[in-house]
Amino acid sequence: MNRREFNTRLAVFSGLGLGFASGLVPFSASAAAWPTTAFDAENVEDAMNALYGTTSTEMSDAISFKAPDIAENGAVVPVSIIADIDNVDSVALLVPENPSPLAVTFEVANPSRTTVGTRIKMGKTSPLIALVRADGKLYRADSKEVKVTIGGCGG
Amino acid sequence: MTIKCKAKMKDGAVEVKALMKHAMETGLRKDKKTGEPIPAHFISEIVCNHNGSEIFRCNMGPAISKNPYLAFMVSGPQAGDSLQIASVDNMGETDSGETVVK
Repeated sequence: MNRREFNTRLAVFSGLGLGFASGLVPFSASAAAWPTTAFDAENVEDAMNALYGTTSTEMSDAISFKAPDIAENGAVVPVSIIADIDNVDSVALLVPENPSPLAVTFEVANPSRTTVGTRIKMGKTSPLIALVRADGKLYRADSKEVKVTIGGCGG
Repeated sequence: MTIKCKAKMKDGAVEVKALMKHAMETGLRKDKKTGEPIPAHFISEIVCNHNGSEIFRCNMGPAISKNPYLAFMVSGPQAGDSLQIASVDNMGETDSGETVVK
C-alpha cells in the first residue's frame, strides 16, 4: 500500500465511523443540558425554579392523573398525565416526598392533547404534582395521595 | 438496539410505547455486605426522532423505576413512518431502538 492509497482508505474509514456514530447517537448539542440542579433539588420550589425559572403557577383542571390509590410496591408506580391544554411544550412530574422531588420531564410539541406515562419510584406516601408549560404559562395540578406500603428508594 | 418500542395511530396522533432495560440505580442504596453506597446509574435522556428531527425528548431522574417504561402521544408521523428512539445514561452508555408506525 503506497502513501496515497493509505490516505484514501483512512478518509473512507473515518467517514464511515462518523456516520455510524451519529446514526447510533442522534443526540444534538443540547443533550448536555440535562438539568442537574433541578434533579438534585431537595424541595418542590427549588426544582420548579431550576426547571422553569419561576414558582408561580396556575392550578388547572385540564390536567388529570392516572395513578393508583394504593401502590403496594413503591419501586414501580405507574403514572400517566393527560393535559387538555393547547400548545404544550413541557411536562414535569414531581413527587414531593421523594429525596429529590423531580422524577421526570417530557418535552413534547403537541398542538392539542398531551398524554405521557411512565413508571416511577416513590419513597413513601405522597401526592403527585404535574407541571405543564404551554404558551409560556405554567400550569399545575396536584393528585390525591398515592399510598405506598413498601418504599422504593432503597436506603 | 435493546429498546423495545411500538407505535400505533390513535385518533389522528401516534401513540408510542417504549421499554428499556436498565438497572436505574438511585445512588441511595447501600451494598448489603459491605455497606458501601452503590453509585447512581440511570438513564438520563431519551429522544425520539422522526425523519431526522426530534419529536419528543424526556429527561429522567433516578426516580424512574427499573427497566423504564415510557408512553407518549405525538402528532406528525403517519402510518408506515419509522421512528428512532435513543437513550443515554449518566455514565454515557447509549442504547437505541426503531419501530414503524402501525
